[in-house]
Amino acid sequence: MTADNPVETQPAAEGVSHELEVEASHAPSGTSPWALAWRRLKRNKVSLAFGVLFILLVLSALAAPLWAEHVAETTPSRNNVSGTIIKDGQEVDIVSLEGVPIGPTWGRKYFLGADQNGRDVMVRLLYGARNSLQIGILAALITMTLAVILGMAAGYFRGWTDAIISRAFDVMWAFPVLLLGVALGVALAVGGLNIGPLHFESGSLWIPTFIIGVVGVVYLARPIRGQVLSLREKEFVEAARAQGAGNLRIMFGELLPNIASTLLVFFPLIVANAIMLEAALSFLGAGVQPPAPSWGTMISSGLSSLISAPHQTFAPGLMLVLTVLSLNIFGEGVRDALDPRAKIKLEN
Amino acid sequence: MATFLIRRLAGMAFVMFVVSVLTYFIFFVLPGGDPAVRMAGKRPTPEIINAIREEWGLDEPFYTQYLTMMGKLFSGELVSYDQREDVVARIIDGAPRTFALAIGAAIIWFAAGVALGLFSAIRAGGIRDRVVTVLALIGISTPVFLLGALASYYIGYKWGILPDGGYTPVSEGGLWQWLKHLIMPWLVLATLFIGVYSRIVRSSVLDTINDDYVRTARAKGISERRVMTRHVLRNSLIPVVTLWGLDFGYVLGGGAILTEKVFGIQGVGGYFADSITRLDVPPVMAVVLFGAFFIVLLNTIVDIVYALLDPRIRLS
Repeated sequence: MTADNPVETQPAAEGVSHELEVEASHAPSGTSPWALAWRRLKRNKVSLAFGVLFILLVLSALAAPLWAEHVAETTPSRNNVSGTIIKDGQEVDIVSLEGVPIGPTWGRKYFLGADQNGRDVMVRLLYGARNSLQIGILAALITMTLAVILGMAAGYFRGWTDAIISRAFDVMWAFPVLLLGVALGVALAVGGLNIGPLHFESGSLWIPTFIIGVVGVVYLARPIRGQVLSLREKEFVEAARAQGAGNLRIMFGELLPNIASTLLVFFPLIVANAIMLEAALSFLGAGVQPPAPSWGTMISSGLSSLISAPHQTFAPGLMLVLTVLSLNIFGEGVRDALDPRAKIKLEN
Repeated sequence: MATFLIRRLAGMAFVMFVVSVLTYFIFFVLPGGDPAVRMAGKRPTPEIINAIREEWGLDEPFYTQYLTMMGKLFSGELVSYDQREDVVARIIDGAPRTFALAIGAAIIWFAAGVALGLFSAIRAGGIRDRVVTVLALIGISTPVFLLGALASYYIGYKWGILPDGGYTPVSEGGLWQWLKHLIMPWLVLATLFIGVYSRIVRSSVLDTINDDYVRTARAKGISERRVMTRHVLRNSLIPVVTLWGLDFGYVLGGGAILTEKVFGIQGVGGYFADSITRLDVPPVMAVVLFGAFFIVLLNTIVDIVYALLDPRIRLS
């Protein structure tokens, strides 16, 4: 379809740069904005380093079964209240008679200590990382997909479509986010969730994922709507329409690539927010349901014994802060790279 | 102005109506467990459950139940399923605590955010700027309940500098006790926003600092201090004031729930957190409406203030 398209922008742009090359051999060859952005991002060592840190965190989460099976030789949910372990040549209880779990051994087993049920904190931390990261990334994808569809539809079709979608946004905007998330989380945690043919059990990770994904839509959809409202008046849209392109083709073929950089800037920040919201919901008992581990559930269960066994709170807390921090710093780097003169857009 | 206000008030009423229907819908449609069964106690007979259902009107259709509940809410007769206590009275009781927490924190985060943002913008790229940036990003990335729990444990419990939680009304413990209990929650709640605001003020100041009117002000020979406060800061604060109003509404409308829970401040958010775990619909409903009201109200106020601050914007 694109090959026999006479007014396709890409070949035309290349044609121009080739002509320039003929005229002045020193002129740089055509560089796409993406390549320029990548070049700027590569120069920003700090944000690149935090991007790498995030990838390492993801890899360590993926390696959770390896650590559990070959190093710690346990599972994230295996209790061991009455067991003992050799520490500094002495045999000590994993959970003392007073119910205080052992602290970090820095050895193969109980590397980061145990929790009240005698479970290995390191193993739970890695499996918790899987759940927290999975929820964060998938929820961000849900947010992004819904926001793109709704925001583009509202901005592109205007009229009644826009009126309905925008009023719905107004309502969502007024809804206290945290209260909505908690209300949905608790209600769904009891009964499970049915969306058409899909059924999610009450303990399913998809429930918090779905809630977190939906709750954030309005914050991204509004800026997208604003951008599409102005983009749809541009000449390239008119050109596409003159060629007989349909609405869907214009929206996804012409407009979507133009808002791609906005989406790319927002994505790491949305993932960071989703991970934070998961932790907050789990802390209030409305997110991941125990015994499944996540950083939020680990922190909230660790807080009850902060005094006697602080490692239970500090380990997941530190992981959570590091993950969100790395996403935030990397996200800022991406924003600076894509739009060096970026201003913080407050609304629309 | 008058037409604007009337339209906004109508819009507010509409939005609150939809929010209340949605909230009721969440609990009515989603299988959250039958409240009648829970109220009936440990060994319910079908007769008892049916009697409770009739007493509470749970056998009525959705819209009748909704209307009854809203009617009770506005006449102040609403009672909770669980403790059968007066919901409106509990909210009136908790509101001063939530307000005290939100107002104090909002003042702190605005002042600290603006000060830090200006501080790092004056020599952007310098060592002070970098330190503030790093601290701001760490503040943004730390969950408020984790920060609150750590502060309450170390500052409150272990070192005993401040009380580790709770709330003392001025009428009971005097001003000093009230203040002592609130300092830590204020700072903890403000941390996230201080991080965000210092970043925004920094970039906003950097945007205005090279504008022509700033150069003109300098050329007139005004002192640097006056240039920064009167000319640069004044203009770069417009977006921040807007955001401040919205965030204040958000914190009043449920954003403080985590802080309230961590520090055991029995405000409106704490009441919500307790009720939701028991699927107690009436209080949940009331608190969501309380929150939505302040969010919508602050949104409207922000729009008006925005137009007053910037004459180029017209209310429509």
